[in-house]
Amino acid sequence: MVGQILFIFIAVVTLLMALGVVVARNLFHAALFLIGVFFGIAALFILLEAEFLAMAQIIIYIGAIATLIVFAIMLSKGMMGRESGAYNKQWYFAGGAMVFFFGLVSWLLVKMPFKTISAQVPNDAIQQIGSGFVGHYVVPFEVASVLLLVALVGAIMLARERNS
Amino acid sequence: MDLRALGESFIAMLENMGIPEGWVLLINWVLGALAVLVVALLLAIFLIWYERKIAGRVQDRLGPNRVGPWGLIQPFADALKLLTKEDITPDKADRITYNLAPIIAVFHILMLFLVIPFADKVVGANINVGVLFLMAFGALGTLAMLMAGWSSRNKYALLGGFRVVAQLLSYEIPVGLAMLTVVMLRGSMNLNTIAQGQGGVFGLGWYVWILPAVFVLYFVAALAEGERAPFDLLEAESEIVAGYNIEYSAMKFAWFYLAFFLNTWVLSAVAVTLFFGGWQGPFAAQLPILGVFYFFLKVFIMFFVFAWVRATFPRLRIDQMMSFCWKALVPMGLALFLAVAIVLKLGLPSAATNALLFIVNVVILFATLKLLGNYTKDLSHNKNKRLFAPELPRL
Repeated sequence: MVGQILFIFIAVVTLLMALGVVVARNLFHAALFLIGVFFGIAALFILLEAEFLAMAQIIIYIGAIATLIVFAIMLSKGMMGRESGAYNKQWYFAGGAMVFFFGLVSWLLVKMPFKTISAQVPNDAIQQIGSGFVGHYVVPFEVASVLLLVALVGAIMLARERNS
Repeated sequence: MDLRALGESFIAMLENMGIPEGWVLLINWVLGALAVLVVALLLAIFLIWYERKIAGRVQDRLGPNRVGPWGLIQPFADALKLLTKEDITPDKADRITYNLAPIIAVFHILMLFLVIPFADKVVGANINVGVLFLMAFGALGTLAMLMAGWSSRNKYALLGGFRVVAQLLSYEIPVGLAMLTVVMLRGSMNLNTIAQGQGGVFGLGWYVWILPAVFVLYFVAALAEGERAPFDLLEAESEIVAGYNIEYSAMKFAWFYLAFFLNTWVLSAVAVTLFFGGWQGPFAAQLPILGVFYFFLKVFIMFFVFAWVRATFPRLRIDQMMSFCWKALVPMGLALFLAVAIVLKLGLPSAATNALLFIVNVVILFATLKLLGNYTKDLSHNKNKRLFAPELPRL
């Protein structure tokens, strides 16, 4: 009962924040709304007793990605404090894409038989995630790391001073 | 006396009064949260006096000594003065963000109080991902200062905001590596479990004895995470006036001030929990209330060291500070992490493992100091007075 009330409350707040991301006229405000959305999702993870996922969500999405988005906005010339309209010439393309994807996701949600298991979350879930990363899923994990390293090197190459 | 038993008897009392179970839990949680909140805010007021007194003594002054005995009431007087000051919002400021920033700054610190074990199992939320929780909510502070710097519409505030991101994001890495090494040694991210693992003889089997270099790494990086001298570049008044909080006045400024002191206290508490056994000490196992005493004693000693460093050292330059993080602390942290992982994988008996961990730590610490010393002595880097000038490969 309490759990359901909490879920509805968190879900409504998260959805309102998501709406805010789209309709905010100021890019910085949109980024702040996005942080609110990430926070709401972390709260939903906690409601599902997935503490590790909740913390990972906050560290990665709020601590790293959102801060970098905000930083990028601050560093871009002319983006600071400028109000931009919610519509531009491409609005009908965006609207069409939105309707398509909304239909797709709704269709998937209706058609997809979601598997649920009633088993309790094991006590050593975090250890299992950890050994999964360096055991069974070591190749995808390492490939993802290499990808991030390549991105890092690429960013430094683009940003470095060129002394001709 | 067991503090747990007190809480349980309180729950039983509420249940006997015929209140449904869900509401009893809710009342218990709200009261627990209020207790943590009150302790944290009272602590902040005391810490301001404590730090000012230490700084005064270190710099051959008296420190606050007018209001109350030894000036103890001084912070209350300051708080009252701040409450009566005019609250100024810049005309061009982004109002919502501007007002939200101090709230988030304090909120994220108060959240950190949740996972710190004050005594065995006396902890706001005994969650299994305590260390991750510290990293996650610690990162929110960056956001609060960034919001403050941006929304003030002041170029110095904005520069302060840039520095916040550069400094705090960089120094989170060595702090994280130090925490990770301890987590790996204990095999748990639960802060209470980590403190429990440091019992030993007389409750003195602290991790600092076997991981001294990791503690040094954590301490140096924590100085930067807590925006304290010699790393207080965020509010370097000689360069950017006051940094991100320049446009804040009255109570809104006080919130940032409060967050600053509580942040240092939390960093000290985490250092104590990870490296100095938390609530462990002689006879703490027999008499749990002693654990609270030991914990606060250790944290205040640790806070004293933070304040001592702040009162003693001059400020670094921003490029020196960034280079020091990326070229000294991060490689040191990675080397320590790797060395500790290898030693733990050898599967030696625990006494030999501990001895080997200590040797490895000392070797890495001295190697780092030696390399840094050689680098600074080598005058060829010193031509343009930028000691850590970046050298990029020519392409």
